[in-house]
Amino acid sequence: MSGFWHWYVVLLTLLNIFGCFWLVRWATRRRSGEAAEGDVTGHSWDGLQEYNNPLPRWWLYLFYLTIVFSLIYIVLYPTLGNWQGIYGWSSTGQYEQEMERAEAKYGPIFAELAQKDVAALAQDDEATQIGQRLFLNYCSTCHGSDAGGATGFPNLADKHWLYGGSPEAIKTSIMNGRRGIMPPWGASLGDQGVEETAAYVMSLSGREVDSAKASAGKKHYQMMCVACHGANGTGNQALGAPDLTDSNWLYGGSPGAIKTSIRDGRNGVMPAHKEFLGEDKVHVLAAYVYSLSN
Amino acid sequence: MSTQSAYNYKVVRQFTIMTVIWGIVGMLVGVIIAAQLVWPSLNFDIPWLTYSRLRPLHTNAVIFAFGGSALFATSYYVVQRTCQTRLFGGGLAAFTFWGWQLIIVLAAITLPLGYTSGKEYAELEWPIDILIAVVWVAYAVVFFGTIVMRKTPHIYVANWFYGAFILTVAVLHIVNSAALPVGMLKSYSAYPGTMDAMVQWWYGHNAVGFFLTAGFLGIMYYFVPKQAGRPVYSYRLSVVHFWALISVYMWAGPHHLQYTALPDWAQSLGMIFSLILLAPSWGGMINGIMTLSGAWHKLRTDPILKFLIVSLSFYGMSTFEGPMMSIKTVNALSHYTDWTIGHVHGGALGWVAMVTIGAVYALLPKLFGRDEMHSVKLIDTHFWIATIGVVLYIASMWIAGVMQGLMWRAVNDDGTLTYSFVESLEEMYPYLTVRLLGGLLFFIGMLLMAYNVWKTIAAGKAVDDTVPASA
Repeated sequence: MSGFWHWYVVLLTLLNIFGCFWLVRWATRRRSGEAAEGDVTGHSWDGLQEYNNPLPRWWLYLFYLTIVFSLIYIVLYPTLGNWQGIYGWSSTGQYEQEMERAEAKYGPIFAELAQKDVAALAQDDEATQIGQRLFLNYCSTCHGSDAGGATGFPNLADKHWLYGGSPEAIKTSIMNGRRGIMPPWGASLGDQGVEETAAYVMSLSGREVDSAKASAGKKHYQMMCVACHGANGTGNQALGAPDLTDSNWLYGGSPGAIKTSIRDGRNGVMPAHKEFLGEDKVHVLAAYVYSLSN
Repeated sequence: MSTQSAYNYKVVRQFTIMTVIWGIVGMLVGVIIAAQLVWPSLNFDIPWLTYSRLRPLHTNAVIFAFGGSALFATSYYVVQRTCQTRLFGGGLAAFTFWGWQLIIVLAAITLPLGYTSGKEYAELEWPIDILIAVVWVAYAVVFFGTIVMRKTPHIYVANWFYGAFILTVAVLHIVNSAALPVGMLKSYSAYPGTMDAMVQWWYGHNAVGFFLTAGFLGIMYYFVPKQAGRPVYSYRLSVVHFWALISVYMWAGPHHLQYTALPDWAQSLGMIFSLILLAPSWGGMINGIMTLSGAWHKLRTDPILKFLIVSLSFYGMSTFEGPMMSIKTVNALSHYTDWTIGHVHGGALGWVAMVTIGAVYALLPKLFGRDEMHSVKLIDTHFWIATIGVVLYIASMWIAGVMQGLMWRAVNDDGTLTYSFVESLEEMYPYLTVRLLGGLLFFIGMLLMAYNVWKTIAAGKAVDDTVPASA
C-alpha cells in the first residue's frame, strides 16, 4: 500500500475511534441553560418529548471497554494500513503454521502407509478406511459417495477405465489430473454427418441402427474419430479416449447425448491433487480406489 | 389557513397497505424455500421455482418490498407530523409510491427468470438499478424538502435516523451497483476480484446498518414513545448513539470476509469496529425500552406495545450476537453455517418485522378514522404466534449452525475429516424442519394481520388530519 493510502487508513480509523470517545465525553458534560437531569428538554413534536436523562453508567463503561479493547488490538495485530502489529500475526502465517503442525502430526502416518505398494495397501482394511475418508471429502463431490460416478464423471467402482485401472495409472490420474478433450465436429460434419456418425457409433456396441446411415457414418468415423477411438472403436487409454463398443457411456448413451458429444465435443477435467494432498495421501487414496474394483 | 391544511396521508395509506401485502408475499416465498430445503423435490424441476432463484426473490421481497414500504409509509407519516407541515413535493411522493411498486414487480419477474448481477441483496440488473436510484432521489427530495419546510424549531430524533438511512442508502446503492452493461439484462461489476467483494459487503453490511437498523430505529423513535405515552428516555443517549452508530457502521463490512483474500488489516478493522458498534447499537434499545419506565403496566393490555418492546429485545440480542460473530475466532466456526441465517432472522423477523407490525397496527386506525384496529385480541394472538415462530426459527438455526461448524472441523486421529459435507447435511433435517415450522407460524401471523387490516379498513373511511397551526 502506498504511503498516502496507509496514512489515509491510519487517520480515518483513529479519528473515528477517538471521535466516539470525544462524543461520549461531550454528552456527559453539562452545559449551562439545559434542562435539569431527569426533566424533559422542553421541545415537543407532535406531542412527543424527550427526557434529559444521563447516559446509563453501565452502558458508558461498555462503550469505553470496547474502545480500549480496540486500541490494544490495533497495537497487537495488523490493522492500520501497513502496520503489521507487534505480534507479527498474519492469516497466511497462521495457515502455514497450522499446516506444519498437522504435517508433523499426521505426516508420519501416511509416510508409513506409502511404504507399501498400492495393490498391497488395497488389502489393508485400516488403510482403505483412511482412504475412504479422504475420498468422501475430496472426491465424492464429483464421483459420488459410492464412487459410482455421474454423467461426465467416471464410475470408479467398475472395471471400465478411461486412463487405465492399474495402481500406477490410478495414482497418476490423482496426482497430475487428466484432461479428456473430445473436439467438436458439428461444423465439419453438418447435421446429417453428425446423425450418420452417431448411427455408426451406436452400431459399434451392437445397437439396432439404420444401416444406410451407419455405413455413411463409418466413412466419417474413419476420417475423424479413428485417430483417438481406434479402428475398432475400442478407445485408447493413453489419450483417455473412451471405448465405444461397450455399454458404458460417460456422457450418456442416448442418441441425443451421443450426437451432442459428436457435434459440440466434450471437455472433461480431473484436477491434479499432487500439490494439494501430497504424494503419500494420494498413494493411500489410489489404494482405496483400486480396492473398489479389485 | 392555506390550501395545504391537511397532511398527505394518501401515500402513507398506500405504502402501509403494500407493507402488509408484500410482507405476506415475501414471507410466503421464504416458507416455500424453507420447505425446499427439507423436501428438495418441491422445486418440481422447474427452473423458475428453484431455490437459487427464489432465494433472492425472498430476500428482496422482505427487505425492499416489505421493509421498504414500511419505511416509506412511516417516514412519510412521521416527518409530516413531527415537522407540522404537509409532505413536500406534491406529486413526487405519489411518484415514489408507483415507482417503488414498479421496481418490486420488475424484481418479482426478473429474479425467477434468472436475471441477476450476482451481488447479494443487490441482485437486480442495471436498468432496474437506475430506476431505484431515480426513485430514491425523489424520496430524498420529498423527505428533506419536508424537513426544510418544517414549522417546528428542531428536528425530531426519528427524522435523524430516517435522514441518515435515506442519504446513506443512496450512496451505497449507487456505488455498489456501478457496472458495465453488456446487454439489456446483463452487466459486469465495475470492480475487480477482492475489491468487488469488499465493495459488495461494504454495501451489504450497511444495508443492514442503515436500511434495516437506522431506518427502523426511526420507526421506533416515533411509535414507541407515542404508544407508551411517555417522553423518550434520554435525549443525550439519542445524540451519542446516533452519531456513533452511523460513523462506526461504515467500517463493519469486512467482517463478512474474515479469513478470505481480503488483506488482514481490513479484516481486523472490520472486527474491531463491529465490537465498538455494540454500545451504539444498544443505545437505541435502551432508549426504547427505558421509555416505558413508569408505564410498564401498559404491556399487559396493549399488544401493540408488546410487539414494539419485544422487537427491541430481539434488536438488542441480534446486535450483541453480531459483534460476537465478527470476532475472528468465533467467525471461524460460525461462518458459512446456518448460525448466520439464524442471526439474520433474529434481526429480520424479531426486530424489523415485529417493529413494523407494531407500527402498522398503531398507524392504520389513524389513517382510516378508527380508534383502534378491528380486533385488539387478534393482535395479541398475532403477537404470540409471531414470537413463538421467531424463537423456533432462531433456536433451530443456532443449534444447526454450531453443529455444522463443529462437524466440519472435526478431525480423526489420522488427520482426515471426520464427517463429509453430506453427513453434516443429513444431520440438519430436524432443524431445517423446525425452522420451516417457525417460519410458517410467522407467516400465519401475517395472514391474521391481513384479515385484521381488511376489517379495519372496510369499516373505516380514509381521513387526512389537518395540520395544526404552528405554535
